[in-house]
Amino acid sequence: MSSTFDTIANIIAETCDIPRDSITPESHAINDLGIDSLDFLDIAFAIDKAFGIKLPLEQWTQEVNDGKATTDQYFVLKNLAARIDELVAAKGA
Amino acid sequence: MRLEYFQLIDRVTDLNLADRTIRTEATVPQDSTVFEGHFPGYPLMPGVLLVETMAQSSGWLVVAVNKFERMPFLAAVKDAKFRTFVLPGQVLQVTASVEHDGSGYAITNAKITSAGKPICDATLTLRVMPFPNGEIRQHMCDQAARLGVPSVETAHG
Repeated sequence: MSSTFDTIANIIAETCDIPRDSITPESHAINDLGIDSLDFLDIAFAIDKAFGIKLPLEQWTQEVNDGKATTDQYFVLKNLAARIDELVAAKGA
Repeated sequence: MRLEYFQLIDRVTDLNLADRTIRTEATVPQDSTVFEGHFPGYPLMPGVLLVETMAQSSGWLVVAVNKFERMPFLAAVKDAKFRTFVLPGQVLQVTASVEHDGSGYAITNAKITSAGKPICDATLTLRVMPFPNGEIRQHMCDQAARLGVPSVETAHG
């Protein structure tokens, strides 16, 4: 069974035509991989489907805009994977 | 259709909030300046306006699903296929369904038929955002009433 990170990385590689081996857990989806907000909607859709969750993108954006969080917390891929694992766990609770 | 006002939908014939589906209808006008250029002596409904027809149908569905509290904006069109020509005067039936209701966006599948024959289909991405201001929300509510969009209370589901 592939890890959450591997699933995300595969989705990004396929959705945005980014070489898979250039995507690491430390990659920042926006700053390092150059993914824009529209492409991220495609990624969010694929993640929502793959994990059966609903990424709270609006909440995350609001927190970043309000200075309560940094983009690193949600868009560095290892952190995104951790957030997804939390959402999956919360769904099963 | 009132092409000059970019109103591509004539009426909403069914709205099912439980299934998150909508059916709308539109008649292509016999005369329009659009047909003077597309094409002279050979009038055809432009494919981009068929996309807009699917987008507006999807939009009314998404705005109703969001209880008229948020407004959808077309963000992406995927897998659009135009299967046959559409002529002036033709009556179109449009269906759309929400494939995914995400955070701040929705994905819909839409298609147009005419007399049972497939015309076009596409998958649309809509950003779903707060209304820019109260006036636009009121305008949308007025348009919804004109088109016969059932109120949230009376829609199916």
